[in-house]
Amino acid sequence: MRTAEMTTAGLLALFSLYLMWISGAPPAWNPSAPRFANIGMIEGEGPGSGFWPFWLSLVMFMCCLWIGWNGWRRKSGPSRQEGPFLDAHSWRTVILVGGGVVGFWGLIYVLGFYGAIFVFMTYYMLVIGRHSLGLTLAIATALPVVSFFFFDVAMRIVLPKGYLEPLFIPLYAVFL
Amino acid sequence: MDIVVALMQGIAVALEPMNLGLAILGVVVGLFVGAMPGLGSVNGVAILLPFTFVIQSMTGSPTSPMIFLAAIYYGAMYGGAISSITLGIPGASTAVATTFDGRPLALKGQADKALVTAAVASFAGGTISNILFTAFAPPLASVALKFGDPEIFALMLLAFATFIGLGGDDIPKTIFSICLGLVLATVGFDIVSGEPRLIFFEMTGFMNGIRFLVLAIGVYGIAEMLWTIHSTRSGDTGMAQVDVSARRIWQNIKEFPEAWRGTLIGSALGFFVGILPAAGATPGSLMSYGVAKMTSRKPETYGKGSIDGVAAPESANNSASTGAMLPMMTLGIPGSPTTAVLLAGMVIWGLQPGPLLFSEQPDFVWPLVGSFYISNVIALLVNLAFIPLFLWMLRMPFTILAPIIFVLSLVGVYAAYQNMFDVGLMVMVGLAAFFLRVLDYPLAPAVLAIVLGPIAEPKLRQSLLFSDGDFTIFLTRPIAGPITVIALVLLLLPLFKLIRNKLRKPAAVAD
Repeated sequence: MRTAEMTTAGLLALFSLYLMWISGAPPAWNPSAPRFANIGMIEGEGPGSGFWPFWLSLVMFMCCLWIGWNGWRRKSGPSRQEGPFLDAHSWRTVILVGGGVVGFWGLIYVLGFYGAIFVFMTYYMLVIGRHSLGLTLAIATALPVVSFFFFDVAMRIVLPKGYLEPLFIPLYAVFL
Repeated sequence: MDIVVALMQGIAVALEPMNLGLAILGVVVGLFVGAMPGLGSVNGVAILLPFTFVIQSMTGSPTSPMIFLAAIYYGAMYGGAISSITLGIPGASTAVATTFDGRPLALKGQADKALVTAAVASFAGGTISNILFTAFAPPLASVALKFGDPEIFALMLLAFATFIGLGGDDIPKTIFSICLGLVLATVGFDIVSGEPRLIFFEMTGFMNGIRFLVLAIGVYGIAEMLWTIHSTRSGDTGMAQVDVSARRIWQNIKEFPEAWRGTLIGSALGFFVGILPAAGATPGSLMSYGVAKMTSRKPETYGKGSIDGVAAPESANNSASTGAMLPMMTLGIPGSPTTAVLLAGMVIWGLQPGPLLFSEQPDFVWPLVGSFYISNVIALLVNLAFIPLFLWMLRMPFTILAPIIFVLSLVGVYAAYQNMFDVGLMVMVGLAAFFLRVLDYPLAPAVLAIVLGPIAEPKLRQSLLFSDGDFTIFLTRPIAGPITVIALVLLLLPLFKLIRNKLRKPAAVAD
């Protein structure tokens, strides 16, 4: 955990430096302006557009150094723990659950929200939850149906349907 | 005495069958809209605004439609706590602080206690603010006018100072989290100069900025669920142990007086912050939580299931929602995004908000004020009646509840912004937040900072523009000065404690 603490502090420090770098980017209409010209006070305009993010990112960078130092000296909670950053159960959670959510998001582009909800619920309840097929199919079907009537029909928030859009046209004619 | 007579007459009008029916309908709609992640009072009010033309044509008066919309606003404030407590996902920014202690209570099998506390605290906050509104509306409006850019920035600084206390003991991680939230709030277009800023890897999706719900649902929806699954090895979270009986709910109501301190703090602070233009219920609820924790005799219980930690933000957001009506009606300046929509409705119906509204349109004002009291009572009763339904959801096996929460998270973000980029960003933020959570990085301050950053930065820049870059403006103005000093003291308090502890250690060793 100590290694993870210090490695993360290092990565976040690099991220903070990146934020400082892009905060000082010249404006689009004057790309030849010097970088970091906008991080201070501009005559007649007050603080430049980069003022707020630049100096805050600098504070973030200093905090990362402080966190890394605490990690080195084993002063922070995680740096005093002997175990691994994540054990086998945790990695399984990240891969199966987190990966499942990422897959759900990707499926929305193909099947739309309602199709993706059906597939994701089926996957989660069968593979991770190990529920019966009957219960899984019942909930995996009911949730998109209820969502359709709440969002598309009641709230008039039309969710993307992906390649399944033509199947909803008769429903639009009835309900919308 | 005139005010009391006018209020009684207003309540009588609000109790007419048509108006009462609209109040009940508005509260129920608001409750369910507020409970949905991604939807808040502004969605309910904006979507149903066109229906109010029908109501106005039927009744011939702008009072009835306004009562309906105000009831939706009220109901949504009650509803926000439901998803915060039962699902761990704040229904809207106003309910973020409720998650800090409401969710831990639910995980301990005490979701009933949290929901009842939230409902009764909301009622108390609404009642106290209604009384303050009734008695002090015009003079308070003139006080609110004295708050300019430096004063609002000082107030935001005070809010950030109270957040330091939310981050637990690891100060550098807390400061990092706050700064991260503030920086992420700057992604997109600079509101002052119009320049695009921090467009990561020149991806056009970032031109819209990183919105609050992307971070909030990523942290509280995705990351928190991954954390719960990661840390609950047996698969039993304890939530299913909740008691849904009416006897238990009544028991919780009787135990509510334990939360009197948080309720009072939230009611007073929420109303005061709510009357400030462009502040609204969110900063009020956040600050109330921070102040309640700081002034508590047991601050270590906050974040672990303290009912004061539920009562303070819930009473504050209801109190602030009434407070936000004050600048809208007396000055024509909306106190929150929802009141901006309400203001639009008033203008459409031919009303002129401003200092003369109370004297020239008493037939509109006092029934509306009366409806605040009625809607508050209705919202409490409806909320308590639906608690068994909300608790029943928690008895679902976690392997069914968890994917539903994931689904609601993605759908909620899309419903709010209609943008798949934001949905993908939310998923990535959630995964990153999980890893940071494992390393004890507090992310609540980041979520709070992304809400207040867009208010704080323009106020800072406009203040410095006004003062030609002189930072002492925040110390020399009569209202901003004391607020800034208090904020700086609170910000430096952890440093003082660190130095004091280090000085005491050598003394203890010498003994």
